Amino acid sequence: MSARALLTRGNLAFALLMVVLFVIPTVASTFFINFVMTQTMILGMAAATIVFLAKYGGMTSLAQLLLFGVAGFMFGNAALEVGARGLNLGWGPWAAITFAIAVTTAVAFVLGAVAARTTGIYFLMLTLVYAVIGNFVFAQIVDISGPSGITSVPRPAFVGSPLSLYYVGVVLSAIVYLGFRVVGRTAFGLALQGVRDDPVRMASLGFNVPLHRTLAFTLAGFVAGLSGLLNVWWNGQIDPASISIGPTLILLIIAVIGGVSYFEGAWLGAFVYVLIFTYLRDLPLVDQIGITEARFNTVIGIIVLLIMVLSPEGAAGIAERIRRRLGGRTRTASSTSTSGPRSTDPDEKESEVHDDEPNRATEGAGAVPGSGSGALGGGLRGL
Amino acid sequence: MTAATSGTELPPSARDRWAGMRRPPTLGAAAAFVALALWVAFFADATPAGSMAANPGNFVVTALDAVTFAGLLFVAGSGFTLIFGLMRTVNMAHGSLFLLAAYIAVRVQQAMVGRTRNIEPADVGLLDWLVPMIAGATVAAVLGLLIQQVFLQWNEGQELRQALITLAITVVLADQMLREFGGLAQRMVWPGAVTYFFSVFGERYAVSRLFMLGVAVLVGALLWLWLSRTRMGMVIRAGVDDRQMVRALGINIRLVFAVTFFVGSFLAGLGGVLGASFAGAAPGIDGSWLLNSLVVVIIGGMGSLKGAAAGSLLYGTVVAFSPAYLPSDYSYYAIIVTFALLAMVLAIRPYGLYGRPA
Repeated sequence: MSARALLTRGNLAFALLMVVLFVIPTVASTFFINFVMTQTMILGMAAATIVFLAKYGGMTSLAQLLLFGVAGFMFGNAALEVGARGLNLGWGPWAAITFAIAVTTAVAFVLGAVAARTTGIYFLMLTLVYAVIGNFVFAQIVDISGPSGITSVPRPAFVGSPLSLYYVGVVLSAIVYLGFRVVGRTAFGLALQGVRDDPVRMASLGFNVPLHRTLAFTLAGFVAGLSGLLNVWWNGQIDPASISIGPTLILLIIAVIGGVSYFEGAWLGAFVYVLIFTYLRDLPLVDQIGITEARFNTVIGIIVLLIMVLSPEGAAGIAERIRRRLGGRTRTASSTSTSGPRSTDPDEKESEVHDDEPNRATEGAGAVPGSGSGALGGGLRGL
Repeated sequence: MTAATSGTELPPSARDRWAGMRRPPTLGAAAAFVALALWVAFFADATPAGSMAANPGNFVVTALDAVTFAGLLFVAGSGFTLIFGLMRTVNMAHGSLFLLAAYIAVRVQQAMVGRTRNIEPADVGLLDWLVPMIAGATVAAVLGLLIQQVFLQWNEGQELRQALITLAITVVLADQMLREFGGLAQRMVWPGAVTYFFSVFGERYAVSRLFMLGVAVLVGALLWLWLSRTRMGMVIRAGVDDRQMVRALGINIRLVFAVTFFVGSFLAGLGGVLGASFAGAAPGIDGSWLLNSLVVVIIGGMGSLKGAAAGSLLYGTVVAFSPAYLPSDYSYYAIIVTFALLAMVLAIRPYGLYGRPA
């Protein structure tokens, strides 16, 4: 790819954003960096796995927070040395990290393999069942979760200070963001999108449909595990309640606030959520209408409800709609009807013969014509 | 349109290959079943219940537990599957309706008996149980209908959106119920008439559990009559099979949807009151009953009443047997068995025992 091709608007925006993210700590308060930005990176990565599965695989997973939690619990078990809680294996940080990620990926593989032959709402329900069972497993089996969670989880030296944890979060987020987009254009990613659009055709072309779904789920689990590690370092503890239905919903909401067809949306959604979560209780209005901290779930629930009622495509979806209206490029304007996230498409049945033009058009760099994806994508559609 | 609908039907060659792939899991499941039966019958000595040969009483009690719990599962699961089957709406607030009905029924019962604590079964007449049950279930049904009318009706077919909306409602309801009813477990008291024990193989067994099974069977029978013997039931069954055709025939599908949601939520409430009489009502029950309903319909196949019955029996059996017949050191791993059951069923039939791809 020539230097000129790299100079797209999307790439420039990304580079600029990275610069901003790296410079922010010099101007913002420590509190803002530590509580808002770091958490945004952690939750954004976890939510991006939901987007990845939804966008490329057509699977809406509610099990991502469980995998996030598995990584946290496993790291806690491996890294703690003595004390009443968990297995206390007392391993070094790198061994503990490897162990946590390996277990999470393995769990994701098994869960994915079981779920791989279900689709749509069945997949959603099955992954919700995973989430609830997982919560009960950790709540019941205190050998691996401690009576009320694993506390005082040690941080590895390289994330010793909150600032270094933030930078690790930024770097990992960038890798995950770019990685997911690159995967979308590999042979595997293209096959996965083919499976999303027409599993029967892909099967008859000789692709192993369940295997592709399983591997996608495994990859998403691996990334969710990474963010789970960051989370347990950030929090210093993890308990079964932090992977119950409420937080699971929150993670999906984060993906939805941003819009489930946009990777950027995951971090955007996380940022919005963390802002609300951190600052809502400071607003003067909140006290006056009698919402105390104890009723915070009601507030969050109602906000979610409003978002879902008003704009299922989320913030990124709205931004995209505006950009499309202003920009008016013909190739994006022609496909307005198939924009939104697939599963919220009102006429899903009718629009089964989907082209992924809008998806690709939203990825700045992906709009470059002549990349391999266009050829195979077009070929599949032409069959 | 034709290209879109053909997506659900596999071409013959692919179907054959899938059928071929299904045989090993079926054989595996059969082998696992035989192995488990042998284990329970002869080898389960170091378990809380003991092997069947050595301790037949415990086996009978466990089997009764399985069937009676299955009854409760059926009541909650059938409501869930009814709503899903017709409207393709996953009502994630099902568990909340279950818990709300339970709390309401406890309140009504306390008002009827005139005491808020230490209610003895002897104080509770049959009416002091039935009236609260109807009241609780009706509140759940009305709330369910409201949710459908306000939030779900206009975005039909957008499954993710509906799932999220109902999940958000779950969060709000759970928080509000915590505020209103507190965090302590509350109990619905069985009527005195059914609160005694009978003896089976030297073990005591509570009649109230059999009564619960009786209620469940009655509910199942009424539901079956409604679905198979009335005009509306016919429409609903037709709607489960082919929604577009029902619409095209000019049937008032909105009314049918509303009634179905009402009945489904009523069943959730009924399950809640039975569940509160059997195990109490407390925060968190909503989540576990959402899980139970989901598992029942995923095993049985969504939208199928027969499937709900089969799923309840299978899941009830697993829930009752796994803590009793796992070696006692491991009996608290019983929850994992639920996952094993799901995995096994889905390996054989990805859409449940009686289900079809949507």
